[in-house]
Amino acid sequence: MGRIQLKDVTKSFGDVQVIPPLNLTIEDGEFTVFVGPSGCGKSTLLRLIAGLEDITSGVIEINGEDATDVVPARRGLAMVFQSYALYPHMSVRKNIAFPLRMAKMGQDEIDKRVTAAAEVLNLTDYLDRRPGQLSGGQRQRVAIGRAIVREPAAFLFDEPLSNLDAALRVGMRMEISELHKKLDTTMIYVTHDQVEAMTMADKIVVLQAGNIEQVGSPLELYQRPRNTFVAGFIGSPKMNLISGAEAAKYDAATIGIRPEHIDLSETEGPWKGVVGVSEHLGSDTFFHIQCDFSDEPLTVRASGELTLEYGATVHLTPRAEYLHRFDAEGLRIE
Amino acid sequence: MARAVTTQRKTLTTALAWGVGLLIFFPILWTILTSFKTEAQAIANPPIFLNFDWTLENYAIVQERSDYMRFLWNSVILAGGSTLLGIIIAVPAAWSMAFVPSKRTKDILLWMLSTKMLPAVGVLYPIYLLFIELGLLDSRAGLVIVLMLINLPIIVWMLYTYFREIPGEILEAARMDGATLKEELLYILTPMAIPGIASTVLLNFILAWNEAFWTLNLTAVDAAPLTAFIASYSSPEGLFFAKLSAASTMAIAPILILGWFSQKQLVRGLTFGAVK
Repeated sequence: MGRIQLKDVTKSFGDVQVIPPLNLTIEDGEFTVFVGPSGCGKSTLLRLIAGLEDITSGVIEINGEDATDVVPARRGLAMVFQSYALYPHMSVRKNIAFPLRMAKMGQDEIDKRVTAAAEVLNLTDYLDRRPGQLSGGQRQRVAIGRAIVREPAAFLFDEPLSNLDAALRVGMRMEISELHKKLDTTMIYVTHDQVEAMTMADKIVVLQAGNIEQVGSPLELYQRPRNTFVAGFIGSPKMNLISGAEAAKYDAATIGIRPEHIDLSETEGPWKGVVGVSEHLGSDTFFHIQCDFSDEPLTVRASGELTLEYGATVHLTPRAEYLHRFDAEGLRIE
Repeated sequence: MARAVTTQRKTLTTALAWGVGLLIFFPILWTILTSFKTEAQAIANPPIFLNFDWTLENYAIVQERSDYMRFLWNSVILAGGSTLLGIIIAVPAAWSMAFVPSKRTKDILLWMLSTKMLPAVGVLYPIYLLFIELGLLDSRAGLVIVLMLINLPIIVWMLYTYFREIPGEILEAARMDGATLKEELLYILTPMAIPGIASTVLLNFILAWNEAFWTLNLTAVDAAPLTAFIASYSSPEGLFFAKLSAASTMAIAPILILGWFSQKQLVRGLTFGAVK
């Protein structure tokens, strides 16, 4: 069981309020991702849930019980840190066993659980090594091992993959998703990488300056962003946002259209532009096209085979059904 | 060209370092040499460097006249006890300063250090009266407390510097893993800071061992350590340099040997933070 509820939670450091009153419910078994640009308060929010920081006002409930003043050790949550935070003076075995030792569990049970965790995480051959003798990916797995042996109510991940190289990151992303499917335990995962958020989450919480901009499933956020911030943040490459006269034609202050929802033609289309930089990814090609109504070039996705000359003139057609409209406050118009 | 200059400079610095080192060590060397001379040779003018009749008679006389082992034992208890007590008090203090600092932490650290700026004799009278009042005069317990208190600022400072090098996330991980504050200090912080704690212990043991002002003023017989043992030979009986030197050599020998074997730890401890 791991249902976590935040009720009117605020956090201030001195006079600076980093989390304005915030309400959020994380259901049992859900994989929730907090995503946002750096400094948006996502890590602070996670630390408030963990109990590593005290909240300034409000209530945190875990499984319906008030946990606001409960010390981290008694909240039944496990955390995986960005730096892994392994105990350098202990072997892998002792690292993983540490939370069980703290829980005063019997040695037989500890051995059993450590062995099981090591098997799941492919660490069996490394149990007697020190963290310093392991690679980044292995250390990450030890940190996860230390979290799973306790069978916590929920896992908290604080940007756990940002210290790994790109190839390893994709692998670990899969492993963590796999683990979630297997354990079916609540997980809260903090990242600044919207790709991680999209690929792993059941529910994404987009944060900016301590405010929740939108909560929803990855597809909801992709298809119906509530405002221009979410529209620009979710999706890769970014959604094209166009303001001014061209947007006014659609009765909006700003319109948004994703690179994959623009058709490209050499002969006809409502928008005329000049081809700038092309990014060939093999499967797709992204063209940056400068249109006269927009200061920034529009990004357009086309098939991987297509090649366009730098400086060539092309025509663009946004697909009407995928066009997003936003008002002067940046809020979505239905 | 550049290489030649560097080599030359290296030789020069090395020679200079040796020069300074020998200069600092010379009084100790002279004391040791004098302890093997006869009283007459000890005060000979011009001084005799090595060409004298080596003798052990000073040591025999000193050994006969005073109970070296009793002084040694007191020194061990005072230095060891005050250091141990200091560490027990300083670990939690340094922990709170390093990991949960407040706006005033820096001020408190400086204030603690500022107590070392006061000349000890300035508080001799009140402390002496307190000792009489509490019946602590010439007791090991009293001395252990005083020596601990005068070295505590240094212990806290050193541990604070070490603890600051330990990532806070590791302690937070321990907290998440269910460790209580005591377990966090015992199983995580202390083992991780062992090298730092070791050099702090060593340095403070040496400082307490060599401390002479309080040990001379607050002890008479029962709690008198080796400093008192040395002092008893610089008495109005007359100038017995050779015997005084023999006593001094006996007093500093244990700490010199300890220091020799723990050089690496000591140097690391003293330069920590400065060079890293």
